[in-house]
Amino acid sequence: MSLTLDQVQRIAHLARIEVSEAEALTTQGHLNGIFQLIEQMQAVDTTGVEPMAHAQDLSQRLRDDAVSETDRRAAYQALAPEIEAGLFLVPKVIE
Amino acid sequence: MNQWEVVIGIETHAQLATVSKIFSGASTAFGAEANTQACAVDLALPGVLPVLNKKAVECAIRFGLAIGAKVAEKSIFARKNYFYPDLPKGYQISQFELPVVVGGAITVQVGSGDKAYEKTINLTRAHLEEDAGKSLHEDFHGKSGIDLNRAGTPLLEIVTEPDMRSSEEAVAYARALHALVQWIGICDGNMQEGSFRCDANVSVRRPGQPFGTRREIKNLNSFRFLKEAIDFEVQWQINEIVEGRKIQQATVLFDPDTGETRTMRTKEDAHDYRYFPDPDLLPLVIGADWIERVRGELPELPAQKRERFQSELGLSAYDASTLTASQEIADFFESTVAVAGKASAKPCANWVMVDLAARLNKDGKEVAQSPVSAQQLGGLILRIVDNTISNNIAKKVFEALWNGEGATADEIIDKQGLKQITDTGAIEAIVDEVLAANAANVAEFKAGKEKAFNALVGQVMKSAKGKANPQQVNELLKKKLAG
Repeated sequence: MSLTLDQVQRIAHLARIEVSEAEALTTQGHLNGIFQLIEQMQAVDTTGVEPMAHAQDLSQRLRDDAVSETDRRAAYQALAPEIEAGLFLVPKVIE
Repeated sequence: MNQWEVVIGIETHAQLATVSKIFSGASTAFGAEANTQACAVDLALPGVLPVLNKKAVECAIRFGLAIGAKVAEKSIFARKNYFYPDLPKGYQISQFELPVVVGGAITVQVGSGDKAYEKTINLTRAHLEEDAGKSLHEDFHGKSGIDLNRAGTPLLEIVTEPDMRSSEEAVAYARALHALVQWIGICDGNMQEGSFRCDANVSVRRPGQPFGTRREIKNLNSFRFLKEAIDFEVQWQINEIVEGRKIQQATVLFDPDTGETRTMRTKEDAHDYRYFPDPDLLPLVIGADWIERVRGELPELPAQKRERFQSELGLSAYDASTLTASQEIADFFESTVAVAGKASAKPCANWVMVDLAARLNKDGKEVAQSPVSAQQLGGLILRIVDNTISNNIAKKVFEALWNGEGATADEIIDKQGLKQITDTGAIEAIVDEVLAANAANVAEFKAGKEKAFNALVGQVMKSAKGKANPQQVNELLKKKLAG
């Protein structure tokens, strides 16, 4: 399987990455290289092997339900480009 | 509208009753000042890792057991990728291929009275996920304001099969689910604060045909809006099809002011979210011992209570269903029966469902705020059952209890002299008096006018100030008129 240039552009759009036509061509080559690698792996017979969801064969550690964080808004908002009334301001988004 | 069949599936986001977030130790308390409960994990600062909240998982287990679903031994967290400023990571941690709860069903009572029927709604799945933050679009110099206090709040998304066939069924399901999540203590059910929000997937088709294209109505936070939105949407879809247009899959919003739905965005297909297992989180493994411990801690469930009210107390399916609509109502009813006795379960049911409900409704109160306690109501019913007072007088006593005129029914009956006259001699004296004074009615009755009898009963009750035992009055009158 290989990706078309249109598919590369669509993936770039979904990831909000701006790619020029030249970059799209290069990227197409890179991605198709990865697909070739995947094709090789898919040639291996995995019948009866349970798909792994994680590279480590461990289970999720859980934490007790307790509040451990204090209000550090001032410190966090010192990093933000623009704030007002305790809110982070961003370019207007409305659907 | 018989030639169209409505098909509805519902997705509900229930906010889980935890004090901290699903993947961080920030507080979930409602109403805090903006961004004061958003920690480094919630803000997606570099280098942070999510750690799963045990209580959130336990809530999911409770829910799975309560609906007879399979609690997955192993479930996986996935990233759902999309860009929006109130989602700082650029993805929402959710579950996709292997959710924590699979299957299950909820049986609901639809409609009331003679038209009531039972319907079982099958559930597809329920999965754990994090909530997003809040965007405020009021004018901040042409910008949007972002409050991330809600980001990372634990949600259980509960998804049904497309099993509902009318807005009534959808509302009955939503109400039953709303009662259940509160009943088992996993969600506070506060719809104004957004703790319980429904999305309705609606389509129409000709009976027997494949499913039509669905449109999803987002974020309905009241049962009334759920019904209005579905009713409007169904009519809109039918009109479109009748006029020869095709329904496009879309996400729509309901505007409560106009009662209309409007398109928000054409739905991106699921593929566009590019779900994949979140490498920051290992598989969630739930052992059989944990599930069994949770099972042991579950309260008696609405369905079990409904069954017991019928088998043990002899109530009808409808009564049993109405009395288990919420834990508060069920508790009130059971406390009433505890005082009045199981043999009086039926009058207890009637008083709770009819008289008490009407009185609460009149004052806009909930059962939990009832000025008349279950113990007081039980005491009142005891006096009806043992013939101390008639049903009519009982309504007076109930009102007196409501207004705080006495601590018990007995006290009010005694203080206001409402005890029923059951002494045959005393009633006979009144009957004789009334017969003597109403010769015209007596003559009419003897001439075959049945109505005249009721007039005489009324006269007797009037001169006994309503306190004569109605049954005895009837019998005595009949006997005397026949004689």
